[in-house]
Amino acid sequence: MDIAVFQKKKQRMTLFMVILIGLTLLSARMTDFDFLHSVQTLPKALSWMASNLVVTEQALTKMPSILDKLIETIFLSITATTTASVLALLLALMGSHTTKINSFFGSLSRIIASVYRNIPIVAWALILLLSFGQSALTGYFALFLATFGFLTRAFIETIDETSSSSVEALRATGATYFQVVAKAVIPECSPQIISWVLFMIETNIRSSTLVGILTGTGIGFAFDLYYKSMNYHVVCLITISIVVVVIGIELLSNYVRRVIL
Amino acid sequence: MALLQVQNLSKRYDKEKRVLSDINLEVRKGEFVSIIGPSGAGKSTFLRCINRMIDTSEGEIHFDDVDVMALSKRELRKHRTKIGMIFQHYNLVSRLTVIENVLHGRFGYKSTWQGILGRFTEEEKLQAFNLLKKLGMEEHAYKRCDQLSGGQKQRVGIARALIQSPKLLLCDEPIASLDPNASKVIMDHLQTISKELDITCIVNLHQVDVAKKYSDRIIGLNSGRVVYDGTSTELTSSAIHTIYGSEAGELIME
Repeated sequence: MDIAVFQKKKQRMTLFMVILIGLTLLSARMTDFDFLHSVQTLPKALSWMASNLVVTEQALTKMPSILDKLIETIFLSITATTTASVLALLLALMGSHTTKINSFFGSLSRIIASVYRNIPIVAWALILLLSFGQSALTGYFALFLATFGFLTRAFIETIDETSSSSVEALRATGATYFQVVAKAVIPECSPQIISWVLFMIETNIRSSTLVGILTGTGIGFAFDLYYKSMNYHVVCLITISIVVVVIGIELLSNYVRRVIL
Repeated sequence: MALLQVQNLSKRYDKEKRVLSDINLEVRKGEFVSIIGPSGAGKSTFLRCINRMIDTSEGEIHFDDVDVMALSKRELRKHRTKIGMIFQHYNLVSRLTVIENVLHGRFGYKSTWQGILGRFTEEEKLQAFNLLKKLGMEEHAYKRCDQLSGGQKQRVGIARALIQSPKLLLCDEPIASLDPNASKVIMDHLQTISKELDITCIVNLHQVDVAKKYSDRIIGLNSGRVVYDGTSTELTSSAIHTIYGSEAGELIME
């Protein structure tokens, strides 16, 4: 009896593997993807990367201008995140079960948040390009809208999780709505709120590179420019500096989190 | 004249199931009343109907000669200042200090801005310290609440309720999360409050022996109905079994 069960399990596993391999082969055939060829070209690609994607002395002369762009990008991300977080907090207060004014505004704010969050940031950038053109403002708004949607959702959950008990107590003392928000919700939620904002700043620095390629601003523009002019040494330098900045911000925000929590 | 009059009170969350049905009772000033009954009997709901944290479906509640059902938003706020509430999980703002939490009890008397900016008068601050002193919590006044033990947190909760200058204390299972030692401290404080300050206490309890020891009067709830209402000495073991709906000998009692 038991042996039959195990055998059946084995058969099912084998069948699953066969199907998976079959699907892979089929999709490779359909897209003209050649395994052998790609493996063969791998060393070549690696050697190209080794010779081209290195930072030369000549590339380093571009460092000041890269730094300028990088700083612009960092500040744009920070501004977009902080301003979006203020609006997100207001909407989250409306959308949270603990602090909602009534269920109509509650659902409304959840729907708004969901719509903004589910449109990818690249789509926002492309849509906004039509109205604002290639400027830093377009990048700002793209980051702002996506961040706003995400943070609203995160804040709603934070408020419901952490403050519902103290909210009940303060309401029972006869406190007004805004007293409850200022003295129970904000103090209880502030560590998580700050933590989410820091997380979003990190994320936005990463995505602003992509947004910058589309909107022609910041570090994304620099990346695009040197990439298209085939100056791969500088492209490498830019990539490395983005990585360094993102890691730096991550370390910094981890430190801040440790201190406030 | 009774401080609290409840007439034909019913509460339903959905159409079929009634959480409370047809509750009639009066509570005098200074009385110490315990409500006992199995989980889900509607004890917590009943307490929250009194200060309208939960709206009732039918019936009338009169508190201090005021019709509680008819209150406007502003009047409701004033109504709530007269009723202190104590919770099983203390419900303090854990990231703020003890003294800040105690002063939260004054919000009902303040304008929104005074509350948000934390503008409290010298008298209010003195009163807060005096209350903490009475409850033996003076030395912890500047500690953050998440550093306190359960019994200490509950005493902060009591101070927050008392600074409202309430006429009634609603205690929702105040000792359910505490060890026997801390439970005794809390129950003793509640008894003192009711005796010395003449503040009415309505306490939800799970421990029958505690209820018998401390209260003037015990109300037994089962499935949203009052099945017992009398003094603690009259509470026989058969009455207890009616309240809990169990057979004799099936309950843990001291």
